[in-house]
Amino acid sequence: MTVTEHGATEAATGQPLVVLDGVNKWYGDLHVLQDINVTIKRGEVVVVIGPSGSGKSTLCRAINRLETIQKGSITLDGKALPEEGKALAALRADVGMVFQSFNLFAHKTILQNVTLGPIKVRNKKKAEAEKRAKELLDRVGIGHQAAKYPAQLSGGQQQRVAIARALAMDPKVMLFDEPTSALDPEMIAEVLDVMVDLAKQGMTMVVVTHEMGFARTAADRVIFMADGAIVEENTPEEFFTNPQSDRAKDFLGKILKH
Amino acid sequence: MDKLVDNLDPILEGFWTTIQLTMVAAVAAMILGTILGTMRVSPIPPLRWLGAAYVEIVRNTPLTLVFFFMVFVAPQVDILVEFKTSAYVALSVYTAAFVCEAVRSGINSVSTGQAEAARAIGMTFTQSISTVILPQAMRTIIPPLINIFVALTKNSSVAAGFFVTELFASGRDLNLRYPSDGLWFLGGVAFFYLLITIPAGIAAGQLERKVAIAR
Repeated sequence: MTVTEHGATEAATGQPLVVLDGVNKWYGDLHVLQDINVTIKRGEVVVVIGPSGSGKSTLCRAINRLETIQKGSITLDGKALPEEGKALAALRADVGMVFQSFNLFAHKTILQNVTLGPIKVRNKKKAEAEKRAKELLDRVGIGHQAAKYPAQLSGGQQQRVAIARALAMDPKVMLFDEPTSALDPEMIAEVLDVMVDLAKQGMTMVVVTHEMGFARTAADRVIFMADGAIVEENTPEEFFTNPQSDRAKDFLGKILKH
Repeated sequence: MDKLVDNLDPILEGFWTTIQLTMVAAVAAMILGTILGTMRVSPIPPLRWLGAAYVEIVRNTPLTLVFFFMVFVAPQVDILVEFKTSAYVALSVYTAAFVCEAVRSGINSVSTGQAEAARAIGMTFTQSISTVILPQAMRTIIPPLINIFVALTKNSSVAAGFFVTELFASGRDLNLRYPSDGLWFLGGVAFFYLLITIPAGIAAGQLERKVAIAR
């Protein structure tokens, strides 16, 4: 089964899937998310960029409530994010998350990492879950390492397993929180390749990244954040060639210089 | 020496009682302590408070007082049980407070990313604790746990003061009957305590190696 299938079967692309409405968050006096309004459509790939401390990771983590928000609302597929408990767990199962530090389960094999969610959360049979896990691991190029433990794999390989683990839950949307920031340049490419494939297959994705190349090739839309607020929002083509705000011009000037 | 050999039977009987007290209380304290430890890291504040209150009250109360409560106070509110059962409960309740803290520190030793990853694939709090966090916390939990087990083994001798004839009590009784051989009895009793605690230490060491995980 490919990502395109469920993307297409569940609903037509273009419908709003993730809606953030007037989202605000404070850490003490620090206003880390300021009136964030974003609508992410089904099948859309949104790349969030911005300087460190701009709130882009917080925004990404708020979508599956790994970060709570103090004001505003976030809905997923028309349903408001539940506060806690089983309802929240059920919602998170539909949202794939890939972390900067991979966070593979250190005491489980690669295969078990991918089957754990389907078995424990989706109540799939072990054989069925393993079959699907092997397909996914093959797809990200780690199929032959299924019996190893996370510590035996390189960072890039671990991150690809983490993507497979998230995909095994058949998520409606995938969140990537700086997925390549902890990787060597070579490994960055192998992870980005997998992500570009996913994007092509119609997966709805929110990607926080510093990889401007990925933003240019795979994104439908770029959101530029600074100091907790969305400063600019545009197609990658427009954003990179013709940034409107001074903040974005300054940022792009700095990162594209080298 | 002769008197010790002649009176080995009551000592063995006491030894068996000590083993029972230690094992039952160890298992009960493990279960109760793990539940309490999980409560202390739970997302629900009242559960955290309850766990913290339990630890602070029980850990800071002398074991003798816990026994006293079970044996002399509980019957006044019509909780009538055998002395041995009282000893089981007192030792379990007391030891659970220490197990709780070992479990809690073990849970805290696992990186938050592991819990976040578990939550991100839709696991409930209980699922993430039991399948992701606790298995990885084991290697941190086991060393303090063996200390707690050794302390429990020795603490079980407090039951001697509350009408349970365990190992220490049988040694004490023989000592009273044959005062000139007192040293032999006490030495014998000490030997039997070591017979529990030293193998336990070795077993824990092996278990520790088994649960070690590369990170």
